[in-house]
Amino acid sequence: MTAIDTVQHRIANEPASIEGRLAPSGEGRLAPSFEGRLSSAAAQDGGDGWSGWIVGLLLPVGLALFWEAAVRLGLFEGRLMPPPSKIFATLWELAASGELLRHIIATSARVFGGFVLGVLAGTLMGAIAGYSTFVRKLVDPCLQGLRAVPSIAWVPLFLLWFGIFENSKIALIAVGVFFPIHLGVMGAIHNVDRKFVEVGRIYRLSGFQLVRRILLPAIMPDYLLALRSGLGLGWMFVVAAELMGASEGLGYLLLDGQQIGNPSQIVGAIIVFAILGKSTDALLDAIARPFLRWQDNFQRT
Amino acid sequence: MLEITDLGKVYPNGTRALEHVSLTIAASEIVAVVGGSGCGKSTLLRLVSGLDTPSEGHVNVDATRIVAPHPAVGLIFQEPRLLPWLSVAQNIAFGIRDLPQDEQMARVGAALSKVGLRDYGNRWPRELSGGQGQRVAIARALVPRPSVLLLDEPFSALDAFTRLDLQAHLLDLWADTQPTLLLVTHDIDEALLLANRIVVMRPSPGRIAQIIDVELERPRDRLSAEYEEAKRHVLRELDKTLLHRREIAGRVEDFSI
Repeated sequence: MTAIDTVQHRIANEPASIEGRLAPSGEGRLAPSFEGRLSSAAAQDGGDGWSGWIVGLLLPVGLALFWEAAVRLGLFEGRLMPPPSKIFATLWELAASGELLRHIIATSARVFGGFVLGVLAGTLMGAIAGYSTFVRKLVDPCLQGLRAVPSIAWVPLFLLWFGIFENSKIALIAVGVFFPIHLGVMGAIHNVDRKFVEVGRIYRLSGFQLVRRILLPAIMPDYLLALRSGLGLGWMFVVAAELMGASEGLGYLLLDGQQIGNPSQIVGAIIVFAILGKSTDALLDAIARPFLRWQDNFQRT
Repeated sequence: MLEITDLGKVYPNGTRALEHVSLTIAASEIVAVVGGSGCGKSTLLRLVSGLDTPSEGHVNVDATRIVAPHPAVGLIFQEPRLLPWLSVAQNIAFGIRDLPQDEQMARVGAALSKVGLRDYGNRWPRELSGGQGQRVAIARALVPRPSVLLLDEPFSALDAFTRLDLQAHLLDLWADTQPTLLLVTHDIDEALLLANRIVVMRPSPGRIAQIIDVELERPRDRLSAEYEEAKRHVLRELDKTLLHRREIAGRVEDFSI
């Protein structure tokens, strides 16, 4: 084994450690001024976020209290738009029987399955189309056309193709997720600064290293944005999927609430949708944030 | 030693960017290339660095033919081109990623001290000023210890004060390992301050118009009489080249009348 072989062997066995040791993350290794700036920025963010939270809560809480009071005082009947206490009582009942959890799991599983499929297909095809101008010219017009098709339009076709059970629902969600991911990845790769690629070439990165060390980090911010809008569309499409016939899921709760004439169940399901959508988005953002620390705060969304 | 032999480049769109360029640069020599835009200066550096392949001729570094980027040849761009997702230290280590970690850490630390940014290793590139960024870029190019370092108008995007500072700095760093420097610039003073020889290039197609020797003692003093004399000499030579061109242009016009 030559000396160079040994070196390469060592490097191959400890791929991340040098990055770890040189990364700006090491606590206590930051220059004092840098640390000071970080903490003051964090404090500022926290203060801003806290008061922002309160301001953001004013409207919904105020409206809820107003409606609750109005219905209790007998000013309104509250049959079509039930007061908050009734909505939460309904949700509580569903939760206590374990039914709510079953619906949440069913819906989340569909979104997750469709999201994973859509992300895989969108990333793969987006990468190919971003890399090759020919492929982009070949497939882009078709995909742009398909993207304009309303989600509901796919329903009859998918019912015929995949049956009325889970497959058709997951396929529909995957279609919804696919487009923003595909467009995001394609655009991001197409727009990677040629100057950074040249730096990689000067330091003799192989094709794979170029992808891992230049292309991936460069497209990361756009990719996260694409993932988030893909996930948002996933939550939208799951409702369309569940409205086409399901025996469980939040969409089923919506439909069931309409059929049995129980608006508090419908509003309750809508609230659960809002909470799930927002929290999965926050989760995705939290997972991706460590990869994006190098960006300016202003560029973060 | 850097040997450029009968180098020519025709781009796929038919533009002839470079023609019959031959130049031999001794080890540790500093050569500046000057000329207006479109005279093939940048093309020359891209060919020597191995980023582009020549249409004619070849480039040898210490008897090795350059056909692709080579560890013996470093390149510094007009802008720092630091990778924004790597820390300053990681950026400097980028070109020596195949070395053992300890060696990497040692070289990066030494390079940071040398460019006066010892405490900046953990910063992100976006936190640096333009001059600091270019100093990190110089450190990144020097840590692999290339025998030839190419610089493509490295200080042209900086303000005059920072530029003076970095020119002095570059000479300091050069003194350590004394690589061969090939520097493209459009600043006559920069060329005079740094170079042993000044290569004047002429456009369409890009070729060498003349080579001027700079016989000034180092360290060079911008305010000395010798410097003034050398500058006058260079300007006179440049004028001759320009005059020659105007005469040719004038003659062509005469014919057209």
